Amino acid sequence: MIKILVIAEHAGGKLNPSTAKCVSCASQIEGAEIDVAVLAADAGEVAARAAELAGVKRVIKVEHGANAEPIAAIQAPQIVALANDYTHVLGPSTTFGKDLMPRVAALLGVGQVSDIMAVEAPYRFRRPVYAGNAIVTVEAASDRKLVATVRTASFQAASTGGNAEIQTVQPSVELPTHTRFVSRSAAATGRPDLQTATRVVSGGRALGSAEQFKLIYSLADKLGAAVGASRAAVDAGYAANDLQVGQTGKIIAPELYIAVGISGAIQHLTGIKDARTIVAINKDSEAPIFEVADLGLVGDLFEILPELERQLG
Amino acid sequence: MSKILVGLKRVVDYNVRVRVKPDGSGVVTEGVKMSINPFDEIALEEALRIKEKGGASEVIVAAIGPQDAQQQLRTGLAMGADRAILVQADQPIEPLAVARVFLKLIEKESPEIVLLGKQGIDDDNNQTGQMLAALWNRPQATFASKIELAGNTAKVTREVDAGLETIEIDLPAVITTDLRLNEPRYVKLPEIMKAKKKPLETLLLADLGVDVAAQFKVSNYAPPPARQKGIIVKDVGELVAALKQKGLIQ
Repeated sequence: MIKILVIAEHAGGKLNPSTAKCVSCASQIEGAEIDVAVLAADAGEVAARAAELAGVKRVIKVEHGANAEPIAAIQAPQIVALANDYTHVLGPSTTFGKDLMPRVAALLGVGQVSDIMAVEAPYRFRRPVYAGNAIVTVEAASDRKLVATVRTASFQAASTGGNAEIQTVQPSVELPTHTRFVSRSAAATGRPDLQTATRVVSGGRALGSAEQFKLIYSLADKLGAAVGASRAAVDAGYAANDLQVGQTGKIIAPELYIAVGISGAIQHLTGIKDARTIVAINKDSEAPIFEVADLGLVGDLFEILPELERQLG
Repeated sequence: MSKILVGLKRVVDYNVRVRVKPDGSGVVTEGVKMSINPFDEIALEEALRIKEKGGASEVIVAAIGPQDAQQQLRTGLAMGADRAILVQADQPIEPLAVARVFLKLIEKESPEIVLLGKQGIDDDNNQTGQMLAALWNRPQATFASKIELAGNTAKVTREVDAGLETIEIDLPAVITTDLRLNEPRYVKLPEIMKAKKKPLETLLLADLGVDVAAQFKVSNYAPPPARQKGIIVKDVGELVAALKQKGLIQ
């Protein structure tokens, strides 16, 4: 019997869409029974949303003051206590899950499968390596617990309409005090979140300066899109690192991705290859970005962007 | 005074375009340039800066890998590390096994900080630091973009999806590095010469008494599915028309 525990990601009383992606991945494991764990100070609202996800049997609330912020060293022992009843423990391959899940795995004495992009069998998965330049099959033994992270861009969110039972569990484990939350500074931009946006406009090194990078923000606002950047633009200081799209930044799957002045290094392409439609604007017609773009426009971005905004009305 | 232990993984250089072998058994590594994993280089740079500011007495670099990984350790010594340890392993080992080996090195060296890259750019697992912290039962601060030491604690700013998060951790602890923590220094020729005289100790993996048995079978290496090549439009008007036709804009 396959029993899967999905660790919910949430912040500010809101369930992160990555959780619905993990549930969707779990649903592809045949015959699996899926529970979702919500670790929080007050799990009420988040647990209610998780209970609506199709395919979820039970939502397990673990409420504790120490769970007010997601600290891996504090959450991992609680998840290990819950894991007894499960064959699989899944979390999202976001910075939340990447931080937490290997700690859980090590406490359980097992390895981890990172970045599941496809399920082949209950203990066999496909995942990317070498910045997405190769995809491999990873197979684990079925007599061990399987801990994994799910590449969220590879799965559609599970639909809602479910009605899972909500239970409260209080694992009796000692929680460490050696790690303390201090602060979080979210870039409060009023724009959609890059990780989950349906439209994204990204700028590259060709923007030339932080000042000129504002052209990207302007087009994004016109389209109601999130803003992204290539690693080159981030390294050059034109954009903040949390906007970085690519293997070392965020891996995204928007409906529309517009790459402006981005040549298309492999590590950037890795981050966008699940986008539904890719538009490339670049002055170099030989740029690798055109190899993956559905629509390409060769020309000077400083002429094209104002014109594009004008025509968008 | 305290020691900092830094992990250096030998990986295919990040500028190399990695190719899958035709039989799907792996990627081509013969005759390919090998380097220090870029995130590990950042970890070493940070350790050296901490030492230069008086925050540590010794920086030790350690690698687990084939004898050739000595090259990366020598580069680390040339950057400024004081000594090196190679744990010679003829087969690649999984992150949990790597964490167990590092735990052995921690028992031997008692470092105050273990600095590792957040992920190797070969397997992209992003696990070793977190696993080591778990086995060591100590704090972890992953994806660090800023580290401030204050006595027995460190304040670490982390690159998270929502922006930046700052946590305070008690030392000793494991810290893993993100790209923006620093820019590693270039190695100068005199330092390469000097590095040849610095101590490099070799331990055999088999002698450490660590369970390194593989838990996973990795197979069927394949290139990523190619996206279909699209069309080139001639001007903004055509682009807007095409986007409208696809229903992507109103």
